[in-house]
Amino acid sequence: MNGGLSKLWQKDGTKSVLASLISILIGMAVGGVIILVVGLGNKNLGATGAWEGIRLVFGGLFSTGRNAAGQLTFGFNSTSVGNMLFRATPLILTGLSVAVAFKTGLFNIGAPGQYLMGTAATLMLALGIPTEVVPAPLVWLIAFLGGMLAGAAWGCLPGLVKAFLNINEVLACIMTNWIAANLVTWMFDGSDFRNLVENTKSGYIYKTSYNGVQTAKLGLDKLFPNSQVNGGILVAIVIAILVYVLMNKTILGYELKACGANRHAARYAGINDKRNIVLSMAIAGALSGAAASLYYLSGNTEFFWSTYQSLPATGFNGIPVALLAASNPIGVIFTGCFMSMLDIVGLQLTNLTAYNEYITDVIIAVIVYLSAFSLVIKLWLSGRGKKHKAAAAAEPAPAPADAGDAKGGEAK
Amino acid sequence: MTFLIQQTLIYAVPLMIVALAGVFAERSGIINLALEGIMIFGAFIGVLFVNLTQKAGTFAEAKAAGDWVALQGFMVLAMLVAAIMGAVFSLLLSFASVNLKADQTIGGTALNLLAPALVLFFIRIIANQNTLQMAEGDSASWFMIKKSFFGYGRSDEMGFFGSTFIDKTYLATYICILLFILLSVLLYKTRFGLRLRSCGENPQAADSLGINVYVMRYAGTTISGALAGMGGFVYALTTANCASTGDVAGFGFLALAVMIFGNWKPLNIACSALLFGLFKCIAASYASIDINGDGVFLLADVGISPHFYRMLPYLITLVVLAFTSKKSRAPKAEGVPYDKSTR
Repeated sequence: MNGGLSKLWQKDGTKSVLASLISILIGMAVGGVIILVVGLGNKNLGATGAWEGIRLVFGGLFSTGRNAAGQLTFGFNSTSVGNMLFRATPLILTGLSVAVAFKTGLFNIGAPGQYLMGTAATLMLALGIPTEVVPAPLVWLIAFLGGMLAGAAWGCLPGLVKAFLNINEVLACIMTNWIAANLVTWMFDGSDFRNLVENTKSGYIYKTSYNGVQTAKLGLDKLFPNSQVNGGILVAIVIAILVYVLMNKTILGYELKACGANRHAARYAGINDKRNIVLSMAIAGALSGAAASLYYLSGNTEFFWSTYQSLPATGFNGIPVALLAASNPIGVIFTGCFMSMLDIVGLQLTNLTAYNEYITDVIIAVIVYLSAFSLVIKLWLSGRGKKHKAAAAAEPAPAPADAGDAKGGEAK
Repeated sequence: MTFLIQQTLIYAVPLMIVALAGVFAERSGIINLALEGIMIFGAFIGVLFVNLTQKAGTFAEAKAAGDWVALQGFMVLAMLVAAIMGAVFSLLLSFASVNLKADQTIGGTALNLLAPALVLFFIRIIANQNTLQMAEGDSASWFMIKKSFFGYGRSDEMGFFGSTFIDKTYLATYICILLFILLSVLLYKTRFGLRLRSCGENPQAADSLGINVYVMRYAGTTISGALAGMGGFVYALTTANCASTGDVAGFGFLALAVMIFGNWKPLNIACSALLFGLFKCIAASYASIDINGDGVFLLADVGISPHFYRMLPYLITLVVLAFTSKKSRAPKAEGVPYDKSTR
């Protein structure tokens, strides 16, 4: 038993998980400290308010509101858990999007733009194809694939300029994000998809259920009554497993990872690095597009079309999801759920206390900050004075890239 | 024309100063992707300072007496506070990337996420809404330079030069231009500047000559943070009516593009900032630009969708980068954490 444990401890994966857990804990602790400081400095909140805030940060998922005496109550809350799974669906997929790009050595900060393009394509297809002619499930499928395709096309752009014109993909992604935000607004401005029936809501697109298109519940609504959960979460999990297989069990995945480990060495080994960069960004884009499709096809979500001044947070939150999971597609499922849990926590904080949901964004940011030097945390975990520090911390790179990597780092 | 030049300057100057912020960081070897976040933070701090000072009534008398020297001093003070806090905020980035040898791209992204989150969290608590504004009045009436300061009457003409560059402008614009020139000289004509630049090109060689690379990189990012924080406040003051919303609409990233387009050189950056400022100005106020003063609003009448104008700055950035990136020469050691043992 002892041997098994120490073997587990030796494994790189264990340390990655531990490093992520430490990041999460520190992040939440920072959130707690901010809540405490703000609470003590604010007369409306005081120490009791701060204590309530801290309890909600850690246990918001299981909050069931306040009882008659005004005390916070905790317990199983099917609405919160179901909504957590519902919100996790797009986060898992944007997380996968960022993770795939990371594996190829690219930083896909363009997920928001790809998400927006996916949204536009999905909504236009789901609302544009008359369900009297085409059966609704088929429309659903077309809209889903269309969203993925639009995302893939948009993801290709930064990939292409990176591969052929050597533009930093981060800058290219950010520019395409804002172009997408304007483009989507432009496409919907004046279109028939705008919700003009309900006058109380201006600036929104129809829900897809207006056209009878929505994701099947698959019995999950029975499991979590009063929540928005639907079959989308299962689709997301299946896609995560497929991405895992793609990255770890296929030649394409191997080539992508080789490019990520060292582009020049990969080319030397006969891998078409430019094709792989474009392909990786296309896959990443398709995943972000799928995230948008599953979110908006649920039938009970509305899209605010005049979005030219803001980018969807779901896209950016793919970055912490992927970083926390150390870009492992299976890990992304869990970190995606964690991020959406923080979302729920934020909602509970806003509803139940004088705090607001932005504290959870602070927690996420702290976690991203910590994962920037997760290497240091891992080194610290491996203990000082050990020989194979660097080797254990570095990601196990594919064989042909390995030799070149050390030199490549020097020469660049 | 006057309007076009004034508006372009208003957009170009923050871009210019923030792009210079990027230069200081990158020339010392640190990729500062956090410019956007630092701008957001600086804007918030500056606006908060103005808000609190107004509530405390510190400058109420000067305002009532129309003492514009004191009011300009007030604005300079706010710029200074924003710069100091921007520098403090950027320490998070330098600590992670210099001491902990972290991935600078992710570190910068973390700051970009952190700034709007923190800012919105506090704005919501302070103001109970998502925007923090001046406690009273607007930035135009408090901080704008007007011709009446110089003894001109309401209907007096100041001439083309006066009405373009003095009337209805902000002193902040000229302070930024002055700072831009001073800091460019610092970077190119002083010993400190040479040392800083050497750390971005070949830190090993610099270290072997007795230059402390860590200190230089801290200096680079701290100057960068101060400039970006100040740029953020200037942006909020001149374009957002001194309001902080946890957003600067991708300005920090545009500044990065300006920096790359300007090839990490101050003079080129000043030119490209003017170009981008022009496009940004067209995007913001295409409907009210009267280019040759004949009362025809050409850009609005030509029938192109406003969405296209709004997209233009980003589109142009991408196209321009596509043409220039092959020739661009980034500092050689940027983004690589300095490790003494590789000397």
